[in-house]
Amino acid sequence: MDKIAHGSDVTHHYLRPKKKFPNVWCAGCGNGIVMGALIRSIDRLNLDKDKVVVVSGIGCSSRMPVYLDFNTLHTTHGRALAFATGVKVAKPDLKVIVITGDGDALAIGGNHFIHACRRNIDITTILINNKIYGMTGGQFAPTTPGGSFATTAPYGNYEKQFDAVKLAIGSGASYVSRGTVYHVQQLEKLIEGGLNKRGFSLVDVYSNCHTYYGRFNKEGDAVKMLEWFKKHAMPIEAARKLPPEKMVDKFVTGLIHETDATEFCQEYDMLLDRLGVKKEVAK
Amino acid sequence: MKAKPENVLTGSHYLDGNHASAEGAIAAGCRFFGGYPITPSTEIAERISQRFPRIGGIFVQMEDELASMAAILGASNGGVKSMSCTSGPGFSLMMENFGLGIMMETPCVLVNVQRGGPSTGLPTLPGQADMMQARWGSHGDYEVIALAPDSPQESFELTIHAFNLSEKYRMPVLIMTDECVGHMTEKVVIPSADEIDLVERKYTDKKPGEAWPYEWNGKSIPPMLPVGKGYKFHITGLTHDEKGYPVINAEAQEKNVRQLIDKVKKNADDIIWLEEWDTDGADIIVMSYGISSRVARPAIAKARADGIKIGQIRMITVWPFPEKRIRELAGKVKAMVMVELNHGQVYLEMDRCAAGQCVTAVVGHSGGTVHKPDDIYKVIKDVVK
Ligand SMILES: Cc1ncc(C[n+]2csc(CCOP(=O)(O)OP(=O)(O)O)c2C)c(N)n1
Ligand code: SF4
Repeated sequence: MDKIAHGSDVTHHYLRPKKKFPNVWCAGCGNGIVMGALIRSIDRLNLDKDKVVVVSGIGCSSRMPVYLDFNTLHTTHGRALAFATGVKVAKPDLKVIVITGDGDALAIGGNHFIHACRRNIDITTILINNKIYGMTGGQFAPTTPGGSFATTAPYGNYEKQFDAVKLAIGSGASYVSRGTVYHVQQLEKLIEGGLNKRGFSLVDVYSNCHTYYGRFNKEGDAVKMLEWFKKHAMPIEAARKLPPEKMVDKFVTGLIHETDATEFCQEYDMLLDRLGVKKEVAK
Repeated sequence: MKAKPENVLTGSHYLDGNHASAEGAIAAGCRFFGGYPITPSTEIAERISQRFPRIGGIFVQMEDELASMAAILGASNGGVKSMSCTSGPGFSLMMENFGLGIMMETPCVLVNVQRGGPSTGLPTLPGQADMMQARWGSHGDYEVIALAPDSPQESFELTIHAFNLSEKYRMPVLIMTDECVGHMTEKVVIPSADEIDLVERKYTDKKPGEAWPYEWNGKSIPPMLPVGKGYKFHITGLTHDEKGYPVINAEAQEKNVRQLIDKVKKNADDIIWLEEWDTDGADIIVMSYGISSRVARPAIAKARADGIKIGQIRMITVWPFPEKRIRELAGKVKAMVMVELNHGQVYLEMDRCAAGQCVTAVVGHSGGTVHKPDDIYKVIKDVVK
């Protein structure tokens, strides 16, 4: 079956049958595009729905799990990765996916983020990076570019920006990638790659919050913001060949970093092996 | 259900309260521990880190206490009995996710080895000043269960009891011990596994698609749903309905919060555990918990030798507070005295329940050491005047 042609059927198969729609998101929000991409990636990998756990923090993006027909946990602001760490070690056979926002993952949850990377625990983290705090009405985030406007940066942001990709690489994650909500097919491949990777994987997804970021920074509506992603994204393969001056107004997308470090649960099992002990698994 | 014999260190030991608590957790079937080192609780984590890998349990030293509390909730929802321990500042950091555990109705055990506060306070010295924080430290309206051991032996026993209560009532349970009990080394007798009763988690017997995570019926505690078994349920810290889905209105809030409160209030008689000595016919009752109940004993004996009719209550569960019993006794005695290592926290509850029927007093203390029995004796003599 051509999965793309049957996209809508596939999507419905993975949405909760009894959950009321519409969702909480603004029309045109990138969160929905990421949700669709995630569903199609999971479908293409033929994952057992029941072995998938989706954990989120708090934010517009973190509302995603309630719509998804998996085991889903909507936790507290910033703590999804810590929560997911518990789930993963308790049930290593589950596919654990974390949906998080840029504020959720990099501000209040920054510590959990770097330590989850460092442990290289097998969690696929989809960071929906809209460069702003959406849920609370548009305050600046650690990802907001210098000079951009937000309700708490009325004269332009005077702080510097975090690069989630560099942070993850520096912290020890074994799969680090970036996509956008414009390049959906690439995004699906990156998510699939992350799900296939045994270790911590990050998909940093540039997404549009036209309601706040777009409006405050005169970047236009959802369509205009998607066009911006189209214009400024540079696939890593091409970027590697370009001189730095050609990259000034571009950002890199694709699979940026991959290594084969031992995964955390594997490491723990090796310890138990050394001690000659069998792990007690949850019923 | 009984404890697993291969992991229970049956026999007589010489252990401190923290190590005894770790052994209690192991006997109770706890197999996930997530924690962050902090004095004076660290020995629990250390013993667990040494014991768990040898019995197939999982120890993860988390990056902070926010993560620790989150991880034990995650592991518990993954089907593994889980625990953390902390003190002072760490307890403050855990409060938000403690509330999440309450809201998600997730069983787990958290041990607070209390030290002197506020702030960094006295890392190596005792206090009992987190008692109201234990009661009300997370935002919102809810009930808690908190136990206070007075010895290493009881640290072992109450840790098992805490796991049992947490499974029975489907909620996090607190052990509010203190530095003295945590670091005091005494004889601890660990019984054989077949003498240790464990409450196992109740999972739904309905089929996937027919069961929801919070089937509240106003009476029994709803069974949990296992992950990875086809139920594909959602749980959230938002106000939710029986299905676990967020519902943002006053009606849903009433139902949800009611459940969190009623399951403890309506079962208070089952949860509350007191020890009483000579309370019948007493003129004065000395109340306390944890280490302070041991320190009060010589003062009580001295007052009794003076001819004062005096009794003692030791609260093994501090929360929920034994309201009914205190109201009843307050009508019969002349005075009630609370002994605690703070300036009157649990005292406020005792005074509220006494409701003017008798004189009340607190033997306050800023922490850092235990009371001098003579200071307690003086207050006793004062209230009989
Ligand atoms: C401890 C705590 N502090 C603050 C908040 C309020 N809050 C909710 S969502 C949010 C920011 C969300 O931004 P982001 O993570 O970027 O997600 P988005 O809404 O943009 O998807 C904040 C500050 C909270 N829920 N908890
Ligand atoms: S506020 Fe922004 S991030 Fe939130 S739903 Fe609307 S567009 Fe999306």
